[in-house]
Amino acid sequence: MNDAAQPKVRVATTSLAGCFGCHMSFLDIDERLFELLERIEFDRSPFTDIKHCGPCDVGLIEGGICNADNVHVLREFRKNCKILVAVGACAVNGGLPAQRNHIDLGECLEEVYVTEISLAKGCIPNDPELPLPLDKVHPLHEVVKIDYFLPGCPPTADAIWKFLTDLLAGRTPHLGHGLIHYD
Amino acid sequence: MTAEGKTASFQLDGATVPFEPGQTVIQAALAAGHYIPHLCYHPEFKPHGSCRVCTVEVDGRTVASCTLQAQDGMEVLSQSDRLRKEHQTLVQMLFVEGNHFCPSCEQSGNCRLQAVAYDLDIMSAELDHLFPNRPVDASHPEILLEFNRCILCELCVRASAEVDGKNVFALSGRGITKHLIVNAESGRLADTDIAVTDKAMEVCPVGVILRKGVGFRVPIGERRFDRQPISAQAREDAPRRPTTGNEDST
Repeated sequence: MNDAAQPKVRVATTSLAGCFGCHMSFLDIDERLFELLERIEFDRSPFTDIKHCGPCDVGLIEGGICNADNVHVLREFRKNCKILVAVGACAVNGGLPAQRNHIDLGECLEEVYVTEISLAKGCIPNDPELPLPLDKVHPLHEVVKIDYFLPGCPPTADAIWKFLTDLLAGRTPHLGHGLIHYD
Repeated sequence: MTAEGKTASFQLDGATVPFEPGQTVIQAALAAGHYIPHLCYHPEFKPHGSCRVCTVEVDGRTVASCTLQAQDGMEVLSQSDRLRKEHQTLVQMLFVEGNHFCPSCEQSGNCRLQAVAYDLDIMSAELDHLFPNRPVDASHPEILLEFNRCILCELCVRASAEVDGKNVFALSGRGITKHLIVNAESGRLADTDIAVTDKAMEVCPVGVILRKGVGFRVPIGERRFDRQPISAQAREDAPRRPTTGNEDST
């Protein structure tokens, strides 16, 4: 049990403009979670409900950047994580949310909240607590430096496992045929 | 054959590759089962040399292997670290120039751009995305044109003009504004004489020209490049006699 003597690798995770599908896929590593938890401990994450990220070894970020809050959270992760990983299609290239990028933001909000046919007396939300949306959705690497990318919608549990075990073993993560997927 | 009567050959990454007179480097390499990444090359069409993804190094110079005539004794590199980086960057630029969202594309698993990128271990486009605005053309009852995925290889242009004799497609504009257009006064595919049996329907390496209603007949996970990486299928792209539309569709 030499591993037990080693300090655990501290990992933070978050979902920005994503659907939490990548987190669900992470949980799909199933019983391998027990093995993983021998080696890592979670900092800020939906798994712990810790609200702010402290100093960490690895940050796993799902989702792209669609509003001002996403930018703040991403910068908090970059500041605190030695290794920052873009997890999933949205973090890697904007993904599904970025499919609004060719639509004017004002027109988009107007259609979703006002003119959409099933709405009665809709209005565009403007509570000061709501983060302001950006005119375009961006992948993470357009805002901060990203160290590794793990594509997939979502990346499969096996791909996430391969990536993490490579990283924890000090190897450059490599997926290869069958695990590398953009879809 | 050389003057001495032996088969002419060149060296590709240290391997001996025989060739027929008149063959290009990529034709001879693929026929011998050696993979060189490529996108605008097609085994039934004349070389085009536009995507540059098949770039190799000869005597310290980089050159597209689809337009390079094979010569006896030539020494060709296709797999150096430098070339691999160049291949990756060329493909990454194609990804950011269009809108390539694989999760919502029915060609995923059959797409050559995706397969080439997988094979080059590209985990991200890394560059800034341009997110262009390219409306689709769904006017035709049987065919959808998804311009967001076009990589300007001109294979549909060539197939329609040279095999189908219809001239349905063309490229318009220059530089970053270059784009695929439909040769009709209205600009709509419905106003052309394209048919689903045309050669132009089967040559698109990405997901631009799509037959409606059949996109998911083969499930994701059981498609051509799900079964084997594109680099293991080099011989599939060995030069062959041209066929007309849909004769060799898989």
